[in-house]
Amino acid sequence: MVMEIVCPAGTPAALRAAVKAGAHTVYCGFNDETNARNFPGLNFDREEMRDGVAFAHAHGSKVLIAINTFPRAGNEAIWHRAVADAEVCGADAVILADPGLLDYAARNHPGLRRHLSVQAAAANADIINFYAETFDVKRVVLPRVLSVQEIAAINAEIQVETEVFVFGGLCVMAEGRCSLSSYVTGLSPNMNGVCSPASHVEYREDKGVLDARLGGYTIHRVGQNEPAPYPTLCKGCFGASDKTGHLFEDPVSLNAEQLIPQLQKAGVTALKIEGRQRSRSYVAQVVRNFRAAVDALEAGCPMPEGMLARLSEGQAMTTGAYKKTWR
Amino acid sequence: MDLTVGPNQFFWSADRWTGFYDELASSPVDRVVLGELVCSKRLPFYQDRIPEAIATLIEAGKDVALTSLALVTLKRERKQTSELAEMGVEVEINDLTALPHLPEGSKFSVGPLVNVYNEGTLAWLASKGATRICLPPELPLASVETIATVGADLGVSIEVWGHGRLPLAISGRCYHARLHKRTKDNCQFACEDDPDGLDVRTMEGQPFLAMNGVQTLSDTYGCAAYQIDALTQAGVSALRLSPQSKGFTDLCDLYRQLLDGKVNGAHVAGAIVGIDDNIRLSDGFLTGDRGVEWSGNQPLTTPQV
Repeated sequence: MVMEIVCPAGTPAALRAAVKAGAHTVYCGFNDETNARNFPGLNFDREEMRDGVAFAHAHGSKVLIAINTFPRAGNEAIWHRAVADAEVCGADAVILADPGLLDYAARNHPGLRRHLSVQAAAANADIINFYAETFDVKRVVLPRVLSVQEIAAINAEIQVETEVFVFGGLCVMAEGRCSLSSYVTGLSPNMNGVCSPASHVEYREDKGVLDARLGGYTIHRVGQNEPAPYPTLCKGCFGASDKTGHLFEDPVSLNAEQLIPQLQKAGVTALKIEGRQRSRSYVAQVVRNFRAAVDALEAGCPMPEGMLARLSEGQAMTTGAYKKTWR
Repeated sequence: MDLTVGPNQFFWSADRWTGFYDELASSPVDRVVLGELVCSKRLPFYQDRIPEAIATLIEAGKDVALTSLALVTLKRERKQTSELAEMGVEVEINDLTALPHLPEGSKFSVGPLVNVYNEGTLAWLASKGATRICLPPELPLASVETIATVGADLGVSIEVWGHGRLPLAISGRCYHARLHKRTKDNCQFACEDDPDGLDVRTMEGQPFLAMNGVQTLSDTYGCAAYQIDALTQAGVSALRLSPQSKGFTDLCDLYRQLLDGKVNGAHVAGAIVGIDDNIRLSDGFLTGDRGVEWSGNQPLTTPQV
């Protein structure tokens, strides 16, 4: 079976572009703190979501709705409403991370298919089987801590589908288990759906040196004509003992396109592209390329090579944890 | 309010490890959670010392629990996790992976690295047998209060991070190994040189984070010394102290005196820095706009005890 391409859509326009470009599936979120890409001007109100799902279904594509932040104590109703509205909008599945919310959805919306978000960081077969048995989760998005070999071993021990990230931003830390951002900015992926938010970024130039600061901490420094990457905390430049550099991760993004055949052999069902904050033209281009890759694979043709390098905005690419030496 | 000592987050030699728990036996803490939290490669170095430490602490009247690993991926780690309950003490799960391995119907506790952000997750864990939850350090006081209120109804005690470098992230990658240009599989235990984590500085030389193998911690030591009244009012029943290499039993004494109303928060904060003047404190996750902030820097608005 052809591998499923799961594409991001931050706006209704991006959703339509992804569907027209051949996305099998699009994932998106409501325009509030219930999803992990809670950026200004992004995401869908209820009416847009309903229309988006109808458009996708009319073109043979599916829509997954990410409700993958951790509900704030005392305000769970906001997240419960999001699950209910996802069902009303006709979503093909919801992507959830919080055990309490999974429990709620399983009890109150049993007919609404549930996927386990990468934010739950389910990193072994035991916990995946537990989520499947307990909440009837049908698919798990694997955290970016596993090698291809480990993914294959997991798939041999579980019944549910797996989805893995193949392109875009790369978390270095186990997803959903990182509060670096809230430590310096007060806003975190788990609680607010943002990481290293632009509202807390500041650039300062002095004598040809450009400092990038996050929450008042200088986490990147470049010369005048060097590219200045966005100061995402875990990809900043730091000092420890007598060394200075990108101690956690270089400012790289993930590109596992060349690993697609191996991921298929490892039993992976779906390939996920990160980037709900990206433009519709970017999304369309990435979708077209990945669709061509999985179609070529299915037809037994060689994989197109290096097709996405130009989309990485000059950033270096990595295959991340899929190759064991990354660790 | 009770004092719990959390699992040691760092890599210590077996002798240092044993010495630490021997000393702890005579300190005024109520509960001790021990075992390996961060990296399964460390465990063989002191694994055979664990039964004796458990016996010593139980003999001294402490409640004892055994932690699970925070991130379970390898076969060996799954096996270790599945065997935790065989040690005969309560298990503190710090990854949900440990939950299905617990014997049917057994009571367990939940550590700060499990995402308990709300009353729904608390209720679900309670239905599985959780009787105590140490909340993630990231939670603000308002969330702590809501969760503790529901916890009281469901028979779940709530604990919060009281002292120690804050566990901010866990990864598949080992940063100590990366710093030494090694892979995780060939780390040569670089983290052993840093019994309290390795300081990570910003480009301006400002202390910022600390690396500890696959774990990333805050530079600052979380410190709830100024928040005891608020936490008590919120219904919190225990404070967690996280092991550090210097003066830990003195710290336990200090926090005990604080909880008994014999000294105030400012006294405790001053004494902590007296133990190690390279320690900076924070309590911003509980009360500030962001985690790194420290109430001790604010002018006092109410007179201290």
